[in-house]
Amino acid sequence: MTAIQAAAAAPEILIQMSGVNKWYGEFHVLRDINLAVEKGEKVVICGPSGSGKSTLIRCLNRLEEHQKGTIVVDGIELTNDVKNIDAIRREVGMVFQQFNLFPHLTVLENLTLAPIWVRKVPKKEAEETAMYFLKRVKIPEQANKYPGQLSGGQQQRVAIARSLCMKPKILLFDEPTSALDPEMIKEVLDVMVELAREGITMICVTHEMGFARTVANRVIFMDRGQIVEQNEPEEFFKNPKSERTKLFLSQILAH
Amino acid sequence: MSDGRSLTGPFVAGAEIPAQPPPANAIGPIAWLRRNLFSTWYNVILTLLIVYLAYRLLPPLISWAFIDPVWGPATPDQPAREVVEACRAAAGACWAFIGEKYRLIFFGLYPYGEEWRPVLAMIMMVGVVVISTMRRFWSRWLIWAWVAVIVGSVSLMYGAIPLGFVDIRIPGLSLVETVKWGGLPLTIGLSMVGLAVAFPFGILLALGRASAMPVARVLSVTYIEMIRGVPLITVLFMSSYLFPLFLPTGWNFNGLLRTQIAIILFSAAYLAEVVRGGLQALPKGQFEAADSLGLGYWQKQRLIILPQAIRVSIPALVNSFIGVFMDTTLITTVSMYDILQGARAGLADAIWGPYYKEAYVFVALIFFVFCFSMSRYSQYLEKYLNIGTRRR
Repeated sequence: MTAIQAAAAAPEILIQMSGVNKWYGEFHVLRDINLAVEKGEKVVICGPSGSGKSTLIRCLNRLEEHQKGTIVVDGIELTNDVKNIDAIRREVGMVFQQFNLFPHLTVLENLTLAPIWVRKVPKKEAEETAMYFLKRVKIPEQANKYPGQLSGGQQQRVAIARSLCMKPKILLFDEPTSALDPEMIKEVLDVMVELAREGITMICVTHEMGFARTVANRVIFMDRGQIVEQNEPEEFFKNPKSERTKLFLSQILAH
Repeated sequence: MSDGRSLTGPFVAGAEIPAQPPPANAIGPIAWLRRNLFSTWYNVILTLLIVYLAYRLLPPLISWAFIDPVWGPATPDQPAREVVEACRAAAGACWAFIGEKYRLIFFGLYPYGEEWRPVLAMIMMVGVVVISTMRRFWSRWLIWAWVAVIVGSVSLMYGAIPLGFVDIRIPGLSLVETVKWGGLPLTIGLSMVGLAVAFPFGILLALGRASAMPVARVLSVTYIEMIRGVPLITVLFMSSYLFPLFLPTGWNFNGLLRTQIAIILFSAAYLAEVVRGGLQALPKGQFEAADSLGLGYWQKQRLIILPQAIRVSIPALVNSFIGVFMDTTLITTVSMYDILQGARAGLADAIWGPYYKEAYVFVALIFFVFCFSMSRYSQYLEKYLNIGTRRR
């Protein structure tokens, strides 16, 4: 391959989706998605509910299977090969709307589990890394509590730290603040902004337009399974091109 | 955070407000009585009815069981006939029957003078179960302890270490064929080994049924539904009488082992369904989170899914465990000598025949002790394991 040449010539492409289609039975949920994400890029995906934005990022680590087209993540094509899928999942972290922490494990165990079992990191080292990231998300004192004892905002920060402990190349956020009480949204967004500034590649499905303005390199608007429009945040919010984008933005920015 | 309140920002409490003591009329024995026994008019009626029934029924029961019974022979060498005479004259129970026949009830036909072997085997088995109930012993070693205890107690009772086709004799111990085993060690052993093997097997079946692989799914579903479609007694008959017919001549398969396998095969199907219930109770997000972290299938099941699935199915699991324990009495139908059969054999002695009440009450008590401890332990375990998921 000409990987070295390519890397020297152009910025490294971490995610390449070409002609991706997906159906849920009869329902065509993703239509001809073409998307390339460079290393270090921050992409925010927005759109009305049912537009396929969550499905899109869930295809990137094979929580959902696409039926047509190709997806290449970190140089590995996603196929039915379990080895490829596991290799990609090691490099792609995900933060869910519902946090999905493991309730039977303490915060610290939640963070060290995957590094120990998947990356084969020694326990002590994994715990040090975990404490480092817990400090980064500002809750090191909760290390020995169980998720059920934390507030929603704290749980989501633990979930972010859990993904970070795997030292992923790409971080996917699936509506990370949608299940939170209003006063907790900020603490989670603050952590995400900080992360973004450090140069990790990030794809974030969210309706937090303030966040998009602050950190995104690119905002993507999806509707009915298609990428309708994408642009730099400044342009995207000031001069939306399609009618659907305008309508969506007027609704979402109204309050 | 707690000091940084501004007038415009959202109010966030900086410290937990301590709970106040409840008002005086909400605590104390009278409040308890009112809340639990006399809360509504129908509870008042029920309470009074139960008090009346207890008043009518308890005193005669107590005098039958504790005040008027014949506890045993008046002197150690009193002949059995005279003890029975005394029983006939007494108004209460004839516990002397238990004293006379306990050997038969507890050990069946196991040779006289060798009772220490089943006793030791039982102590080992109950011991390892008790140790397994304690959290601080939960480690890999426990599995080996179980293997050691099972092999050890079987060898001790048999008088040799059975290795399939060869037996290694243990010096100083006489060989006792499994047909002579009986009573409580058989009941405990069959259910314990049954559960120890059926539980992992059941988990595999449950995972197979929930699996995305069609072959594993079809096999598991077929097996589970087939077993659940027939009563245990059928499986026992098949394994005892039908199965040997298909074996080549000259092959002999130990009868006790066949019964044990039948119990394992049967319980596994039921345990599988219980575990499957637990699997289905888990939110999909748990599977997705484990997947997204790159955990492999078995890692995901072992570390994330099963600990939670088993936890939610504890009440139903213990229910099944108790069921298996009591189902072992069915082995009498394939000529095995469990504790209930031992009591019946005691009654077959003509002069003791009338004292079946005492025999059955005694056997019932033994079953109750075991089943009640299992049930209490499950309640403790549920509470204990809930610590993590419970909100403050």
